[in-house]
Amino acid sequence: MTNVGESDRLVGLLTQGREEFTGKWVRGVTSTLAGRLTAAEVQQDLNELYTALVEALRNGGVATRNEAYGEVRSLLTELSRNRARQGFSPTETAFSVLALKDVLEPALADGADVKAYLQLARVLDDLGLYTIEVHAKTREEIISAQAEQLLELSTPVVKLWDGVVGVPLVGTLDSARTQVVMEKLLQSLLDLNATHAIVDITGVPAVDTQVAQHLLKTVVAARMMGAECVISGIRPQIAQTIVALGIEFGDITTKATLADALRHALDRIEERGPVEIGGLL
Amino acid sequence: MSERVPILKIGDVLLVSIQIDLEDQMVMDLQEDLSQRIVDTGARGVVIDISALEIVDSFVGRMLASIAAISRVLGAETVVVGMRPAVAMTLVELGLSLGGVRTALNLEQGIGELRRSRRNGSVPR
Repeated sequence: MTNVGESDRLVGLLTQGREEFTGKWVRGVTSTLAGRLTAAEVQQDLNELYTALVEALRNGGVATRNEAYGEVRSLLTELSRNRARQGFSPTETAFSVLALKDVLEPALADGADVKAYLQLARVLDDLGLYTIEVHAKTREEIISAQAEQLLELSTPVVKLWDGVVGVPLVGTLDSARTQVVMEKLLQSLLDLNATHAIVDITGVPAVDTQVAQHLLKTVVAARMMGAECVISGIRPQIAQTIVALGIEFGDITTKATLADALRHALDRIEERGPVEIGGLL
Repeated sequence: MSERVPILKIGDVLLVSIQIDLEDQMVMDLQEDLSQRIVDTGARGVVIDISALEIVDSFVGRMLASIAAISRVLGAETVVVGMRPAVAMTLVELGLSLGGVRTALNLEQGIGELRRSRRNGSVPR
């Protein structure tokens, strides 16, 4: 197979010029990173990569899907993960690989080398694409982790009084958030032995049918556990929207402010009186 | 003979604590036993504790509703207590509501609820 001959040739070329190529490669990459990584760091990364690449070419030829490229891939994965976390752009990350092409170009001697070079270029393109893929994936992971954190942060459940818990909602209610809010609310009802819950929507920018649906679900779930639920913090515009959209809150108590809702809850608790089990027995 | 759900008497309240997933036959037995016990003891309230149940589906929901209805006919109010948060969320997601069944957070609140409703005269929600 001609491929084998060419990759042997490549391996020979790369091993022979190792010092020169890596030196130029490191310089090329370092200059594009504009001083955000030191040359020493870049050198360490690229030296490892270079060694792994030569090894892969020797064992696996130019087929980048080959198992021989496992090591190269894992090094690239690590490299582009780190770059993504440090805030480098996809171009800068991919250039770490693609720069090797520029380095090798002047080393071409004759026609046979050109063919080998093209083969290598194809390999490097593949690997470059791979780094971009990993880079994008890492960015997505970061984004989803942040979204999760935001979800956790933005849904506190606070104890307002003995037997009364409050959930100040801030931001839009989607189904994922409703799930988190519901979970936290119901658990704290249990933990605090609370018979009243107040869901305050002062911080919810808009209430449409979707959001109302989610609110209703939360209230119904709390009721199912045996707690009374009040929705408070309905601003004038929101009250108008609710009526205009024809949203029915049914027999759920709604109050304009958190203070009103708390008063209502305390009145209800007083009405019910203390839990006396003895009287019944 | 299949297992039966125990029914405990505390004063004029009957306590039914469901500890395992119910099968059809057990539900039939429970309804039969409970109505018999209500008549025998003249109980005024029934508390069904489902804190051990991890899954409440439409079958269990229907069972709770029918037990509540039977008890009401016999002059006893029913309160379901100890529903787990995960169960409540699942029921809501499924669009099921335990129509006509009263709920309370725990046994203590449930008995308090019964006592209150008796004091105020029976006022079903």
